[in-house]
Amino acid sequence: MKNLRTSIAALAAASGLLLAAVGCSPPPAAEPAGEGTSGAATAASAADLGGMDKLVEAAKAEGALNVIALPPNWANYGKIIEGFKTKYGITVNSALPDGTSAEEISTAQKLKGTDRAPDVFDLGQAVTLANTDMFAPYKVEKFDTIPAGLKEASGLYVGDYGGYMSIGYDSKKVPDVTSVDDLTKPDYKGKVALNGDPTQAGAAFNGVMMVALAKGGSADNIQPGIDFFGDLKKAGNFLPLDPTDATVQSGQTPLVIDWDYLNAANTAKIPTWKVVVPENAVVGGYYNQAINKDAVHPAAARLWQEYLYSDEGQNLYLGGGARPARADDMTKAGTIDQAAFAKLPKVSGTPVFLTEAQNKAAADTLNKEWAKVAG
Amino acid sequence: MARSRVARLSSALGLVPFLAYLVIFLIVPTLAVAVGAFTTAGRPSLANVAGLADGAILNSLWNSIVLSAVTALIGGVVGALLAYAVVTGRPDGLLRRLVTSICGVLAQFGGVTLAFAFIATISGAGVVSIWLDATFGTAFTSSTWLFELRGLMLVYSYFQIPLMVIVFLPALDGIRIQWREAASNLGATTWQYWRHVGLPLLTPAFLGSLLLLFANAFAAYATAAALVSQGSPIIPLWIRSALTSEVLLGRENLAYALALEMVVVVAIVMVAYSLLMKRTARWLQ
Repeated sequence: MKNLRTSIAALAAASGLLLAAVGCSPPPAAEPAGEGTSGAATAASAADLGGMDKLVEAAKAEGALNVIALPPNWANYGKIIEGFKTKYGITVNSALPDGTSAEEISTAQKLKGTDRAPDVFDLGQAVTLANTDMFAPYKVEKFDTIPAGLKEASGLYVGDYGGYMSIGYDSKKVPDVTSVDDLTKPDYKGKVALNGDPTQAGAAFNGVMMVALAKGGSADNIQPGIDFFGDLKKAGNFLPLDPTDATVQSGQTPLVIDWDYLNAANTAKIPTWKVVVPENAVVGGYYNQAINKDAVHPAAARLWQEYLYSDEGQNLYLGGGARPARADDMTKAGTIDQAAFAKLPKVSGTPVFLTEAQNKAAADTLNKEWAKVAG
Repeated sequence: MARSRVARLSSALGLVPFLAYLVIFLIVPTLAVAVGAFTTAGRPSLANVAGLADGAILNSLWNSIVLSAVTALIGGVVGALLAYAVVTGRPDGLLRRLVTSICGVLAQFGGVTLAFAFIATISGAGVVSIWLDATFGTAFTSSTWLFELRGLMLVYSYFQIPLMVIVFLPALDGIRIQWREAASNLGATTWQYWRHVGLPLLTPAFLGSLLLLFANAFAAYATAAALVSQGSPIIPLWIRSALTSEVLLGRENLAYALALEMVVVVAIVMVAYSLLMKRTARWLQ
C-alpha cells in the first residue's frame, strides 16, 4: 500500500503544483478555528492558555486533528488515535498512514494553508533536524520528566518513543537466530528481509548499521554492514520484498530486520514470532513529536502532545512494544505498565545512538555503495 | 470575408477545451519538470542534470531501456500472433469478442493488483511455487528472481501482450482479403504473398506498436514500485527514492532531472511513432 499511497500523494502534489502554476485561485484557506483558540497557535505550554481545562476546551471547539504517517500497527498508533478520540471527542483525520518522515514534511509544505495540512509530525531523527523551522515550540506538562538527551530545550521537538534494531522471525519457519552471522546459512535462503531500502527508509538504514556493528564496524563505519548484505545477496538469502503485516502473516517474509517494537507487534498475530536484539550490536533510535507551526488545529495539536506524553499515552506506546520516552520516570513513579515493560526484548551491550554527523556520513556511504548490493 | 472569419473563429472555439486540457495536463507539468530540473535551492543550476551521470543512475536508465525493449518485443511478437489468430476467425465470432474484451481488461491490469497477483502465485510463498517445489523438487520457494529485472520482464509482459493485441488488430483488419485473392490469381504462393505483400504492409504498424509498447513499459511505475523494494533498478523507482527518502534528504530537484530524462526518452520514441504512423495511415484509407 505504501507505494499506491505514494503515487496518490505525488498526484496530489502535482495537481497542487499545477494550480499554483496556471494562476488559478489558491486553495481556500482553512476556516478560522473555533472561538477562543486564537492564542493556541503561539501557546508554548498549556499554562499559556490558562491551564489544561482551557486547552481541552479550545481543542474541542476546533473539533478535529490532522495526523499524518501514523500506521495503526506502528507503536500502537491505532489504539492511541482511538484513545484520543474517545477521551476528548475530537475527530482524528489520519492521512498517508504509510508515508515516510520526508513525506510528512513535503505534504505539510504542499498543503500549507488548506484545512488538510497535518497538525502534528512524528519524525525520524534526520528529518527532524533538517526541518526545525517548521515546528512550533511546546512544552507538555510532563516536559521536565523527559530525559534531556531526548528533547530540544525549548520543546521544538521531543522524543516520543523508540527502540532498538532487531531480528524478528517465525520460529516455525526458520531455525532460531542467535547472531547476525546465522543469516548467511542456507536455512535462510531467500528469507532475510529488511524493512525498506536503507537509502530511503530510516528503519532499514539502522538495520544495516546494526549489522555493521555486529561485523566489526562502528557508528562511524557502516561499510561492513553493506558488505554483509552483499554476501547475503550473493548467497541468495536476501529477500528484496518490503515486509508488511500481510507479508509477515502470510509467511512471505519469515525473517525481518526492523525496530524491535515493530517486530514485537507481529507476536500478537503469530505466537511463534520471536524478536532478538543481537548481542553487542545494539542500535537505538527515537522518533520525535513536533507541532506544525502552521497547524490548522493548533489547540488540538497541543492537546495531542499532552495526551501522548501522559502516562496513558506513554503506556499505549509501550503496549505496542515501543520504549516510551518517559519510561525511566514512570518506572520510578510506578505508573508504567509492568507486564508490557517485561515483554520488551532483552538487550545486552551499550546501545549506540548516531549523532547527526554520523548519520549523514553513513547515509552518504550508503548512497554510493548500496546500489552495488541491491543492483 | 467577415463571415468566414467568424465561422473560422467559432470552429476554433471548439478546440479550446482540448487546448486547455493539453496546457494543464501536458505542457504545464512538462515545464514544471524542466524548470525544477535546472533549479537547486531556488537558484538556476546544472547540478541536478549533472547528477544524472552518476553510475547507479546510468545503470538504472540502461535497465529501464532494456526492460522496456524486451517486454515490447515479447509483447509485440506474441500479441501480433494472437491478433492474427483472432483476425482469421469470424469477425463477429465468439473468439474475437472474447479475446478483445479480455485484452481490454488485461491491458489495464498493471499496477499494485498485478504485482500482488504475481507475489501471491510465484514468489517465495506463492501457491504455484509451493506446488512446484512439492511436486517437482524445484527451489522456487527460496528464490527471489521475481523481485529482480527478470521478474519485472515477466510481469510487464502480462499487460504488454494484450495491449499489443488491441493496437495491432486494426492494422490486421486493414489487410483486405481481395489483396490475397489478387496475389493468388497472379500465381503467388502463401510465402510470396506474405513476403511481398503482407509483411511490408504490416511492418510500419508493427514497429509503431512496438514503440507504443516501449513507451508504455518505460513509464510504468506502480507495478515495479510494488514489486521492488531494494534499490532502484529502473528510473521511475529512482524518482520515488529521490522524493521520499528519509535518509538522504534534499534531492527533490534530482527527481525533476530524472523526470526530464524520461520525458526526453519518451519524446524521442513518440516522434518516431508518429513518423511511422504517417506511413501506416496511407494503407489504412
